[in-house]
Amino acid sequence: MSILVFSLLVALGSFVAGTLGALTGLGGGVVIVPLLTVGFGVELHYAIGASLVSVIATSSGAAAAYVRDGYTNVRIGMFLEMATTCGALLGGVLVALLPTHAVSIIFGVVLLFSAFFSTHRGDPAPFNPKPGDPQTFAQRIRMTGTLPTPGEGGGRVAYVARRVPLGFVLMIVAGMLSSLLGIGSGAFKVLAMDNAMGLPFKVSTTTSNFMIGVTATTGVGAYLGHGYIDPALAMPVMLGVLAGSLVGAKVLVRARSKYLRYAFMLVLLALGVQMILTGAGIGHV
Amino acid sequence: MSEPRPHERHDWSDTRVDHAIGLVLRLGVVISAIIVLFGAVLYLLHHGGGLPDYRVFHRASANLINFPDLFAGAAALNGIDIIQIGLLVLIATPMSRVVLAAYAFFRQRDLLYVLVSAVVFAVVMVSVFLVR
Repeated sequence: MSILVFSLLVALGSFVAGTLGALTGLGGGVVIVPLLTVGFGVELHYAIGASLVSVIATSSGAAAAYVRDGYTNVRIGMFLEMATTCGALLGGVLVALLPTHAVSIIFGVVLLFSAFFSTHRGDPAPFNPKPGDPQTFAQRIRMTGTLPTPGEGGGRVAYVARRVPLGFVLMIVAGMLSSLLGIGSGAFKVLAMDNAMGLPFKVSTTTSNFMIGVTATTGVGAYLGHGYIDPALAMPVMLGVLAGSLVGAKVLVRARSKYLRYAFMLVLLALGVQMILTGAGIGHV
Repeated sequence: MSEPRPHERHDWSDTRVDHAIGLVLRLGVVISAIIVLFGAVLYLLHHGGGLPDYRVFHRASANLINFPDLFAGAAALNGIDIIQIGLLVLIATPMSRVVLAAYAFFRQRDLLYVLVSAVVFAVVMVSVFLVR
């Protein structure tokens, strides 16, 4: 297989991954690494580096659209980025120390978790403090916001983050997994903001996406230093995933996303088992 | 009611900041993708017939952030160097929006979030320039 054919096939596979990632809301990163290692025989660290680069591109592109819609909470995002970037720095150092098969097994476990999470999503009641209540920590540091009410009324509903320390700790883990595995770890970020911090669904998904770009950049920074970023490999992955996510976002309006989520869940399950077997030495990369 | 919150007081409103951030992100991704695509065409024209070699890790020999070498290579229309510049533009995109947010918070006299932005920026810089 020549470099031309290899690049075109990787771009095509990344395009499909990007489309599925946008349609299911899980991002393409989680399938890119198994695609490159299991499908194309690429060494794990190169695969993770290329995937991280594509994660910056897709999340920044999507964040550009979301942030203008007014759901993204820039203050909450930036505050929690202190946690995700520190976690990403830690993961970027760890990845050079951990044996490859351990990274592969962690990846498999995270895939299985994502598969489970893609069909079970918490729907917490938003936290609305009464006017007379004493100010919480989250209110003092302005981790609050308003979002438009559904319908034509034009009103806005206020929300306040809660359990900020728990959310912060979960975000350190999310950041570490992001740079250790080359994924956006949007599922973990939404878990932290939905379930732990009680933020409205649209705020947590858009703000999580907003944070992914900076988090992945921290990971890519460390990978550059380790020599894990190969531009010739990152090129078809980045262009493919980016194009795929644009198409996916356009189709999203028409697609029956419930069945798609189940189909994607099966893909994640299969890839997760494959990565764990590979890491355990059964089957080969 | 108490006095208006600092960030609602003047023209650097949160809505305006959101739009500026959205613009920076979109521009960064579009410019980076165009540069990478241009480099890809040159690279595949000249090296497309070679064999890919990604099965075994061998540390990248050249420093990827060596700007003089990169620009010399790009001026000589070396596809890989042009792709690398595109990737560096991509990395600079989220960093630019952190700087922009820090400036906006400064204009809003929201010093806590200026500090928060500075911490985030510092951690990213440590990762890019100090992790080896």
